[in-house]
Amino acid sequence: MSSESDSRQQKAARIRELMATEGDAVQTNTEGFNRGRYESVSRLGEYEELKTEARAIKEDAIERLPELVEELRETVEARGGHVYLAEDAADANRYVEEVVADRDAERVIKSKSMTSEEIEVNDALEARDVDVVETDLGEWVLQVADEAPSHLVAPAIHKSREGIAELFNEVFEPEEPLSSAQELTMFARDRLGELIADAEVGMTGANFITADSGTMMLVTSEGNARKTAVVPDTHVAVAGVEKIVPSVEDLDPFVELIGRSGTGQDITSYVSMLTPPVESPVVDFDRPDEPIDPDSADDREFHLVLIDNGRMAMRDDPELKETLYCIRCSACANTCANFQHVGGHAFGGETYTGGIATGWEAGVHGQDSAAEFNDLCTGCSRCVDACPVKIDIPWINVAVRDRINRGKDGELDWLVEGLTPDADPGGVDIQKRLFGNFETLAKLGSATAPVSNWMADIGPSRAIMERVFGVDSRRDLPEFQRETLVDWFEKRGGEAASTERARQARAARGDGNGGDLERRVVLYPDLYTNHVLVDRGKAAVRVLEALGVDVHVPPMPSSGRAPLSQGMIATARSKAEAVADAAAPHLLEDRDIVVIEPSDLAMFQGEYERLLPEKTATAIGENSYEILEYVFGLLENGADDGVLSGPAGDTDASVAYHSHCQQRTLGLEAHTVAVLDRLGYRVTTSDAECCGMAGSFGYKREYYDLAVDIGDDLCRQLEAADASQVLTSGTSCTEQVGSLGDDDPIHPIELIAPR
Amino acid sequence: MWPRLEIDSSEGIEVSDSAPQTSPIDRFCTRSRTVGVDVTRVPREDVSATLAELCEPPAVGAPLPWTDVSLPESATTMPTPAELEDARTGITAAVSGVADYGSVLIRSTPDGVEPVSLFPDRHVAVLCEDDVVPDMATAIGEQGEAFREEAASLIVATGPSATADMGELVTGAHGPKEVHVVLFGGEGR
Repeated sequence: MSSESDSRQQKAARIRELMATEGDAVQTNTEGFNRGRYESVSRLGEYEELKTEARAIKEDAIERLPELVEELRETVEARGGHVYLAEDAADANRYVEEVVADRDAERVIKSKSMTSEEIEVNDALEARDVDVVETDLGEWVLQVADEAPSHLVAPAIHKSREGIAELFNEVFEPEEPLSSAQELTMFARDRLGELIADAEVGMTGANFITADSGTMMLVTSEGNARKTAVVPDTHVAVAGVEKIVPSVEDLDPFVELIGRSGTGQDITSYVSMLTPPVESPVVDFDRPDEPIDPDSADDREFHLVLIDNGRMAMRDDPELKETLYCIRCSACANTCANFQHVGGHAFGGETYTGGIATGWEAGVHGQDSAAEFNDLCTGCSRCVDACPVKIDIPWINVAVRDRINRGKDGELDWLVEGLTPDADPGGVDIQKRLFGNFETLAKLGSATAPVSNWMADIGPSRAIMERVFGVDSRRDLPEFQRETLVDWFEKRGGEAASTERARQARAARGDGNGGDLERRVVLYPDLYTNHVLVDRGKAAVRVLEALGVDVHVPPMPSSGRAPLSQGMIATARSKAEAVADAAAPHLLEDRDIVVIEPSDLAMFQGEYERLLPEKTATAIGENSYEILEYVFGLLENGADDGVLSGPAGDTDASVAYHSHCQQRTLGLEAHTVAVLDRLGYRVTTSDAECCGMAGSFGYKREYYDLAVDIGDDLCRQLEAADASQVLTSGTSCTEQVGSLGDDDPIHPIELIAPR
Repeated sequence: MWPRLEIDSSEGIEVSDSAPQTSPIDRFCTRSRTVGVDVTRVPREDVSATLAELCEPPAVGAPLPWTDVSLPESATTMPTPAELEDARTGITAAVSGVADYGSVLIRSTPDGVEPVSLFPDRHVAVLCEDDVVPDMATAIGEQGEAFREEAASLIVATGPSATADMGELVTGAHGPKEVHVVLFGGEGR
C-alpha cells in the first residue's frame, strides 16, 4: 500500500518538475502546431477523402507486408543496392557496424530518424569509436545536451531558444556569445557543414518506401537529409518494415497529409523521393578542387536495413496492428491536452512519445515501457480526428491498459471487494478498480445522501482515500443527490404523464403541423445525471416535453465508460451488454435514445462496436443522439423554438461554451452552438482540446497538478469571454470549471429549458 | 429515427485560394509567393537574360535541358566541392511545378542538379509553363514511370530551407535561404 502511495507521489513530483522546466516550451510549440493543423486542413478540400485513401493504402500494405518486403528486396537489389532484414535492434546494429567498418568510416552523419533512436544505433557505433553526428538541428541540440527526444517530429521541442543559447555558449565558447535563433541556426549550419564534409557514411530513416521502384520518401525542412544522402558515397537507410507502401503513386496522400497533420504546414520545404543508389555525383570534400564526377554515382553504395523488432508480431496482434499504420506525424501528441502541458519526457516511453506511443512501445520495447506513461491517455479522443490514417489511438491505450492490469498481482482486493463487483480479474490497480466501479459508489452515495457526502468530506476519510486509493484530497468529491433523476421522473407521473404533457404541447401548437415530430424518446439516465447533476436531467425532460416529445426515463445500467477508462474491458463489456438488454425494448417501441453525458454517447457510438455484436452496436449507435443535437433536429423539423428560454435581456445574451472533448470528436459541438445562436445567445466557444479532468484523471493524486494546469488555461479562456453564463456539456468539464474557475457552469439544456 | 443532421463546421472558412476559375499557372505563382518564393514570368527568349540578372556570383549551375535557354556564363557547371561551398547562386531546371502547393520538382542528375540546388544560398529554378500541373497527385503520377523505369530521384521543394529548432523560424538551415523560380512560356506561346 505505501509503495503504491509512494510511487504516486514520485510520479506527481516528476510531472510537476517537467511542467516547470519544459512545460512552457512544449505548450507554446505543440499548440502552435495544433492550430496550424486546423488551419491547414481547412484549406484542403479533399481532407477526409485523402485520409480515407491513406488509411486504405496502409491497411493494404500491412496486409500484404511479407510479399511487399520481397518485392522491395528484388527492386533494390536489381538496382545494385543491398537489403538486410533485421530481426531486432542488435541484429540491425551489427549489420550497420559491418557496413561502416567495411567503408573504413570514421564519421557517420545522420538525418533525423526515430527508428534509429529505437535501435540506439548511435550508441552501437560510438562503442566502436565511430563519430556519429546528428545533422537535424533539433537532434544535434539534443546530442550536444545529451538528452532524449521529447517529440516525434520536433525532438527538441522542450528546449527554449534561451536554453539552447546557454548550452551552445557553454559547450562551444564562441568568440561572440550566441543569442538569436538566426545566430544559433547559422552557427549550427557552419559547424555541421564541416562535419558533413568529412563524413564517409550518411544514415537516414525513411518515411515511406515504395516496393515497386525502391523509392524512399523523406520529409524534412532543413535540407540535412538531402546532404546526408548526396555528400558521402555510402548511404544506409534504416526503416521499420511497416514503412513499405506498394507504389510510388501511393505517396500522394501522405505528401499532402503529413506536414499538415504534424507541424501544420501544407507541405514541408523538402519532400525527397530518392531511388538509391542515387544518380547524383558524390560531393567529395577530400578532393575539394576536383570537379564533381558524373561517373562517381556508379560507385555509390546503398544499404537498406529493414527492421522487424516486434513489428511482425504486432501485425498478428489484433489490438496493436493498427499502430503499424502510424506515419509518425505527431498530430496525436500536438492535439493532446496532457501532452501539451507535460511533453514527451513524461508522455512517452523508451523511444516514442504521445498517444500512439503506447502502441509502439508495447510492440517494440514491451509492455513495461508502455506502462510508464499509458495512464496519461485519458481517452478524450481528440487525436482520433487528428490522425491522418484514422487510428483509434484511445482504444490502443485502453487495450494495453487492460493488459497491464492483468499483468499485475492484486494485493489489496479485499479492500474494494463488495464495492467493486467488476468482471475483471484480480491485479487491477486498486485506484483503477475504485474509479472503474463508480456505478456502485454512485448508487450507494444517493441511497445514503446526504450522509455519504458528509462522510466522504471529513478529514480522516479523505486521508484514507488519498493514501489507499490515490484520490487527491484537494479535489471536491461529487455530491450525490438523494433523489435520482429516475425517482423524480417516476414521482411526477412517469411515462404516462410525459405522454400527456407532450400531447398537450403539440396541441397547444395548434396548427396540426409537426406530424413528423411525434417522437418518443428514452432519456438515458447516465450515472452523473442520475445521481449528481440531476438538474440537467430535469431540464432535458422539460425541454423535450415542451417540444412535444414523449419522454421515458427508465432505470438503466451505466454505459461502461468508467471501467473502460481504467482499462477494465471485461467489466465494460458486461455493462455494454446490460445496456443493450435494457435498451432493446425501447428501441423496439421506436424510441430514440437521447444522451446528456457526451462520454456515454461516445461509448454508444464508438466503443460499443468493439464490445458488442455488430448489429446490436449499430442499433444503439444509430438511434442515439446528444441532447442538443436532438433539440437541433426538432427545431430544424418545425418544432417551435418559442417555448424555449432565450436571453432575458441584452446583458444575458452572452454565453461562454466549452464543449466536451468526445462530443467534439463526434462532430456535435456545432449543434449546441446552432441552437443557442437560434435562440439569440451570443456564443463564445473555447478552443481548449480538453478540460483536463477527463473522468477520474483529475481526481488521481499523481495527475492532480497536471489536470489543474490544463483546467486553469481553460478557465482563463472562459473568463476572458466575459460572458454572463458559462456552459459546459460534460460532467468532468462542469466539475473542473466549477472548482477552478470563478463561474458555476451549467449545461446548455438548463439555460434553454422553459422557465 | 430520422436522418442524422450534420453541420459542416468548416462552413464559412474560405477553402483555399485555389478558386477553380484561376489557371494552374496563376495559382502556381500565387502559391509560390505565399511560401516565400519569388516567381518571375518571362517569355522564352528572355530567360537567359533574366537568369543573368538573378545570378549573383560566384555561381554554379547544372546544364538546362531546353534549346535556346542557357545558363549565364558566370555559372560554373560541373563545379568542384569548394565551388559548391562558396557559391552564392545555384541554377537548375525544375521538371514540374505544382499549382496547389507552389512546389517545384527537382530531379537529381549525374551533372549535379541536387548539390547545385542545395548548397548555395540562392536557388534559381527554371520552369516551363507546360510543366505546371494542378495538383500533387498529378505531379507524382507523371513521374511514376521515371521512378520505376529510370530509378529517378526527385525533390519536391517548396520554399527555402527552414528550421524552427532554435526557438523560432529561420530560413536557410542546411539549404538555400532564398528561392527564385523563372517561369517561361511554353511552346504554345
